[in-house]
Amino acid sequence: MSDKVVHALYDDDDVLLSAVKMIRSEKHHIEEVYTPFPVHGLDKAMGLEETRIAIMAFIYGCIGLCVAVAMMNFIMIEDWPQDIGGKPSFSYLENMPAFVPIMFEMTVFFAAHLMVITFYMRSKLWPFKKAENPNPLTTDDKFLVEIGIHDNEKELEKLLKKSGAIDVSIIEKPE
Amino acid sequence: MYTFPNKLRNLAFVFMAVGFIGLVYGFITTPNTVEEAKAIAAANHGEGHGTSHESSDTHSTPDAETATASDEAHAEDNHTTVDHGESHDAEHDLHVYHQLKNKPWAALYVAAFFFFMISLGVLAFYAIQRAAQAGWSPVLYRVMEGITAYLLPGGIIVIVILALSGMHLNHLFIWMDPEVVAHDKLIAGKTGFLNVPFFLTRAVIFLSGWSLYRYFSRKFSLAQDLADDISNHKKNFRISAGFLVFYIVTESIMSWDWIMSIDPHWFSTLFGWYVFASMFVSGITAIALITIYLKSKGYLEFVNDSHIHDLGKFMFGISVFWTYLWFSQFMLIWYSNIPEEVTYFITRIEDYNLPFFGMLVMNFIFPLLILMNSDYKRINYFIVMAGIVIILGHYMDVFNMIMPSAVGDQWFIGAAEIGGFLFFLGLFIFIVFKEMTKAPLLAKGDPYMGESERFHY
Repeated sequence: MSDKVVHALYDDDDVLLSAVKMIRSEKHHIEEVYTPFPVHGLDKAMGLEETRIAIMAFIYGCIGLCVAVAMMNFIMIEDWPQDIGGKPSFSYLENMPAFVPIMFEMTVFFAAHLMVITFYMRSKLWPFKKAENPNPLTTDDKFLVEIGIHDNEKELEKLLKKSGAIDVSIIEKPE
Repeated sequence: MYTFPNKLRNLAFVFMAVGFIGLVYGFITTPNTVEEAKAIAAANHGEGHGTSHESSDTHSTPDAETATASDEAHAEDNHTTVDHGESHDAEHDLHVYHQLKNKPWAALYVAAFFFFMISLGVLAFYAIQRAAQAGWSPVLYRVMEGITAYLLPGGIIVIVILALSGMHLNHLFIWMDPEVVAHDKLIAGKTGFLNVPFFLTRAVIFLSGWSLYRYFSRKFSLAQDLADDISNHKKNFRISAGFLVFYIVTESIMSWDWIMSIDPHWFSTLFGWYVFASMFVSGITAIALITIYLKSKGYLEFVNDSHIHDLGKFMFGISVFWTYLWFSQFMLIWYSNIPEEVTYFITRIEDYNLPFFGMLVMNFIFPLLILMNSDYKRINYFIVMAGIVIILGHYMDVFNMIMPSAVGDQWFIGAAEIGGFLFFLGLFIFIVFKEMTKAPLLAKGDPYMGESERFHY
């Protein structure tokens, strides 16, 4: 594929949103959009697939719940049964209400942490990773749309100017 | 403008008529003598009989402090007898007789309170929307105002039942019986608060306060439709904020008075919150169900999926909140195992096992699983299904709060219970939909109406 891309800068999220819709309606493929903050509705405008992280959250939560049950069963019932408040630890079920807070916390803990880790891995983010951000302005107050060029430079440039871009530049991607 | 369809009106009347017959049947079939009560109890509860013998053995000592909840109803006879061994059977039969006498009253009271609670929960939800100046919900204001129309008639019915208890026509509240109080140190210590005149005065003050807010807020809401400025909206904002302060205090005291005092020995400091969560989630569910019904009939065309989605989120969230409070109350009492507290849950787990844990499935596990998926909250079918289960589940919740102390192990869902539910359901439908015919279903003057109509997720 081509390693030449066009970068269009915008200075307003509403202009960006309408520009993205316009570019897509002209059948150009948007590679990526860089924004300084999450823009509401941008994922839908770009036609991104819906996130599946909710399903993973549910699965992670279930794993956490199972871990908590197994853990409390081992600690409190099998390994070192104690008689707390006149409630001897003979069976898991009879002592279950006391373990509910732990079951709840472990569910939340697993769901939250594994979800963050999943998100980082899917986004290819890890410590000491070099920023992929092409223009430092997008960490300040500008929005950048990246579109791949397939011998349609002029046409694209015109379209982007029309859509309200404050700057359009063509970049050779060092691959 | 909405017109009340004849079909629905007739349905409401049928519910009321059938419910009334059920209630009358329930009252007629209460036993008139101890022998009849014995026969009924034997027929209804073959095994329940045996277990209650056992439990009354353990607390036949004349110690009022450790009396269990089910013991209280016959505390009056407890002290006249000295030889417990021999008089035990007779005493137990008299006890069953009193419980069966109480049963239709309790069924009536549970249903009356439950539907009243729905409209009070909606009123609180409405006031929160007003005070928060919410942008998503103004399209639903007229539905909420319709539901809160039931507040005054429903509240008056509840207070009349309370007043009848005060006149000793029934024995729902044993602390109203001077004979019981005379022999019960614990209740005697509470007479400064728990006495009939003060009790009824409080009830009237609470209901007047809520109804006044409802009256003015509805008035300002209707006036806003025709106004050029937003002064009515601002007034509504101010009285809503004031009402919420009044509400959270009075709702809490109301829950002690009307429900917790049925068990005058028992106390729980988060009971007010617990009842609040129950009324809040039933109220929101009622809003969702009525909105979906009206939409299916072609009204409320401005309500979109996102509004239903938000109501679904509230149903889900407050169901979890209710469970949190239910469990907080349960676990502390279960763990500490203090006799005067834990009797509350012992009676419920031993005698009410199915309704007690069944309600947990209906109010927590079912809505949790069915409403967890974001997409399902936008599908009316799922909201209706979850909503019906939540409504019935919270009826069971109120049932579990009131019945164990009123009728002990002599409960069953019979003609009086179903009749009571249907009667008040009919009355509720009639009053709510009647109110909605009185004003346009769109509160068009609300300054947030545009935002609400455009609302999308």
